[in-house]
Amino acid sequence: MKFRGGAGKEMAMYPEELRYTDEHEWIRLESDRGVVGLTDYAQREMGDIVYVEMPEVGRKLKAGEPFGVVESVKSVSDMFAPMTGTVAEVNGKLEDAPELINQDPYGKGWIIVVDVSEPEEVAGLLTAAQYRALVE
Amino acid sequence: MEGYDNLWKEPMMETGLPVLQRTPLYDAHRRLGARFAPFAGWEMPVEYTGILDEHRAVRERAGLFDVSHMGQIEVNGEGSPDFVQWLITNDAARLEVGDALYSPICRPDGGILDDLLVFRAGPRRYRFIVNAANRRKDLSWFGRVADAFPGVMVRDLSQQFGAVALQGPRAAAILGRFPGMDVGDLRGFTLREGVTLGGVRCIVARTGYTGEDGFELFAPVEGLERLWEAILRVGEGEGLRPAGLGARDMLRLEAALPLYGQDLTEDLNPFEVRLARFVSLDKGEFIGRDALVRASREGVRRSLIGLVARDRGVPRHGYEVLMKGVVVGRVTSGGHSPVLGTGIALALVEGEGVPAGTEMAIAVRGRPMAAEVVKLPFYRRKRGD
Repeated sequence: MKFRGGAGKEMAMYPEELRYTDEHEWIRLESDRGVVGLTDYAQREMGDIVYVEMPEVGRKLKAGEPFGVVESVKSVSDMFAPMTGTVAEVNGKLEDAPELINQDPYGKGWIIVVDVSEPEEVAGLLTAAQYRALVE
Repeated sequence: MEGYDNLWKEPMMETGLPVLQRTPLYDAHRRLGARFAPFAGWEMPVEYTGILDEHRAVRERAGLFDVSHMGQIEVNGEGSPDFVQWLITNDAARLEVGDALYSPICRPDGGILDDLLVFRAGPRRYRFIVNAANRRKDLSWFGRVADAFPGVMVRDLSQQFGAVALQGPRAAAILGRFPGMDVGDLRGFTLREGVTLGGVRCIVARTGYTGEDGFELFAPVEGLERLWEAILRVGEGEGLRPAGLGARDMLRLEAALPLYGQDLTEDLNPFEVRLARFVSLDKGEFIGRDALVRASREGVRRSLIGLVARDRGVPRHGYEVLMKGVVVGRVTSGGHSPVLGTGIALALVEGEGVPAGTEMAIAVRGRPMAAEVVKLPFYRRKRGD
């Protein structure tokens, strides 16, 4: 996703086991399945999230391609796929409770699960330390 | 018609980047953890604890806004009442000392230059509160109009005075906690001068821009931070929160209050934008009267309507509005309404108006989002609380 930058004032969270994109998405890989969401830094920048447009299960994604839209009270942003694969699951809870992304961006606020087809792409993603260096 | 100079210039640094102005409360906002954004040349707090959180505070309890970026202009001297009556479209003859009026001000061709509040502070002394973005333009305009009124002085008070707005159902109770501050008899659209709050001398007006009960307080810049801290302290027990421009925009939109630069512009006349009741064609001559008399006879060719989204999505400024698949206008102000739980928009569309209940669509990122025309305002507070 893209938005005007500006470092968050407090300490945002950067879980070590995740990998990150420079568009502020994260992915948690469990063998060939990846859970994808938006980072704590992203949700702080966006403010209160009010809508999430998610792809259909079965949709094929290429790394770097937009897969949905997240809309907050003050802005709207595309979300970009961290890795190539097929959408296996979509977090239906975000329909009625988009604020889960603000409240728990790495847990209940997960957005999609992707069946990853090119696992070696992970080498191109950022570690927690690298992502933190990018945004701070 | 002859153009007039817009003297607005952003002060430039050597790098060529514009420098944003800061209100006297900037440090206070930083201490509260505010996020800032540029607005009309000012670095203003957009949110502190979150836009939705602050919006809810104002609707349910109270919020405190820094509105020091707005322009404050004093007009005084012999002939001031005539000057004001000539300048504004509303009827200034109704203004007793202590009263306030909302009015557009128009060009000779009826185009809206600004919308403002005017307070009558004395028999020949008026204080105008104008939009931050129009401060230089208005000062220049007032000065030119005053040329025809010898004895009338126009003074820019914006550097000496700041302002805060205390808004919400508990606003009156919060002010009432200050010693000697009984606001029971301060009616809407009236002001009181010489009030001391938290040791700071200020003017208290029962006005606002949120659709709730509330007050706008004007104080010298030296005392502003003390006033701000005092109100926050006293209001804590009532659940008072500092609130930023993000919440402010959402609140005023729900109340269908226009924002100059989005809903009001110089190419629109007051009849096109639901401001007819602030135009007094019968009061006598004023700037723009001839054009507005003509406009009122001919009718409007476009009008501002209210739309509520019936689908998922947030309508935003500039999005096209469609009726039966044909583009008939654009959103001027839009956003997500926490009170209605859906998107709302003011839109400028062709024609004299569209009946409430009419189904329309708003183009959101290339797709039509279903919307319904509603009577305005979107939200009206319950009276008598």
